[in-house]
Amino acid sequence: MELPLRALESSVTASRWLPWHAALVFGFLYLPIVTLIVYSFNGSGVGGFPPRDLTLAWYRLLFADEAIWTSVLNSLLVAIAAVIISLGFGIPAALALDRANFPGKALFRRLVLLPLILPGIITGLSLLMLFREADIKLSLLTIALGHGTALISVATTEVFAGLQKLDRSQEEASLDLGANYWQTFRHVTLPNLRLSIIGAALLIFTLSMDEIAVSFFLIGRDNTLPLEIWGRLRRGITPEINAISSIIFVFSLFAILIWYRLRVASEVQPEIAAELLESPAQGD
Amino acid sequence: MFSRAYRTAITLPPLVWVLVFLLIPYALLFCFSFWSVSPAQSIVHSWTFDNYRELLRVNVYLQTLFRSMWIAARVMLFSLLLGYPLAYYLSFHAGRRKDLFYQLVIIPLWVSYLVRAYAWKTILGSDGVLNTLLQYVHLTQHPLDFLLYSPFAVVLTLTHIYTPFAFLPIYASLEHIPPQLVEASQDLGASPFQTFWRVILPLSIPGVVAGATFSFVLSLGDFLAPLLLGGPSGIMISNIVVSLFGAAYNWPLGAAISFCMMVLVVALLFMSEKLEKKWSFR
Repeated sequence: MELPLRALESSVTASRWLPWHAALVFGFLYLPIVTLIVYSFNGSGVGGFPPRDLTLAWYRLLFADEAIWTSVLNSLLVAIAAVIISLGFGIPAALALDRANFPGKALFRRLVLLPLILPGIITGLSLLMLFREADIKLSLLTIALGHGTALISVATTEVFAGLQKLDRSQEEASLDLGANYWQTFRHVTLPNLRLSIIGAALLIFTLSMDEIAVSFFLIGRDNTLPLEIWGRLRRGITPEINAISSIIFVFSLFAILIWYRLRVASEVQPEIAAELLESPAQGD
Repeated sequence: MFSRAYRTAITLPPLVWVLVFLLIPYALLFCFSFWSVSPAQSIVHSWTFDNYRELLRVNVYLQTLFRSMWIAARVMLFSLLLGYPLAYYLSFHAGRRKDLFYQLVIIPLWVSYLVRAYAWKTILGSDGVLNTLLQYVHLTQHPLDFLLYSPFAVVLTLTHIYTPFAFLPIYASLEHIPPQLVEASQDLGASPFQTFWRVILPLSIPGVVAGATFSFVLSLGDFLAPLLLGGPSGIMISNIVVSLFGAAYNWPLGAAISFCMMVLVVALLFMSEKLEKKWSFR
């Protein structure tokens, strides 16, 4: 019997329904996003087919809406603080998981990653209780602390993935040549991790801008953007929400474009979700 | 090669931070679940099992928990049914368009969760896009009212949100399958279906388990989609927790429910990790 060697591409069942299924899934994933954008231009409200009376009125309304822009500013502040906190502790955490052994290391790794997979409500509530018992007033600061802490997980996984690609002999050489640990970190380790760190920062920034479950419980008097939108959704909906969402979508597109370029550049396999459950540290 | 001082410097700050802002809060959740509320609405810091007794005594808590698990199970199933063939298609058939398609799956993840749930609301409402479209083409005379404010709407929206989460680990595990194994299977005369069933599918089980865990666990604890789209019949367990921490003001009971959820989630994570190890070929 003759077995022709075929290219791998065509050798696995090329069922005809697979491309159709893929098209269907993409349709399902993009239907709400397309609807959202189309109806941000719809003169007669958020529903109704076909869309009619195309207008920019909702965008004009949006740009005059101070409450929204205040909440955007609040969200930006929170996101910046979250990036600083989660990188500030996530980079050392990744280094520690990579190259230090200490009692409770396995538990530490699990604990750091837990907020990613645990429903946000549990992390939010737990922090709420902490702030209550410690008599700390809820404000944007408490939200930033919550986001920063929950997103250390993202910083750690991204930087840890970067560390796996790092050639340790460079650091060794630096140390042998008389640089101290800080100089080695500053001039050898950090530049090598640059792409992972920028990627992590982008991801954390976007996730924080969008976060609602933790913020929901830690909110003081000032709203973040998702909470402002949430408040409006409960009062009745207008395409103004479509308009602000469309604008954020465009910004997110830029962020993901940069993020993906970085991923390709740093040759880290793009598998955000997989890294999180696959135990990253072999050194337990 | 790293000195003790260096290792301390990288270990201590994150360790302390995580202790204060993660371990202590989770421990506090556990403590709260044994405390109670006084009639004057302050927290009584004395230990009691009353909250857990209450959970078993009042039917609505367990019922809602089971309903949430049922919703989460459906979301998991649909996410896998949508995600697996897509990952398989991308991995083996998409050719040069693979990267583009991959990014197309990722992009919706960057669109606000709240905004996507809201978008479904504008689609499913009684004068929403879908109902008016159906009437426009004369398929229906009246709006279909099961579309919104129903468990259906919650399952649909959560499936939309978590399909990429199911897709990603499956895709990663398919990409890790050495092509030689697939080639060997074919060279030895296996039909395409046999190759899939006996080689590819078993090797992708760790990814399936991870994807299933993500979609189940994350949708189990969701409270925004049910609030926005669920209506009275779509209430989930986290909604009860939210109301106990809000208007109903019974933090200890809310903490008890949350702690049960946490135990459930951690147990599921533990099981899925065991399963993944068992099926992993590396």
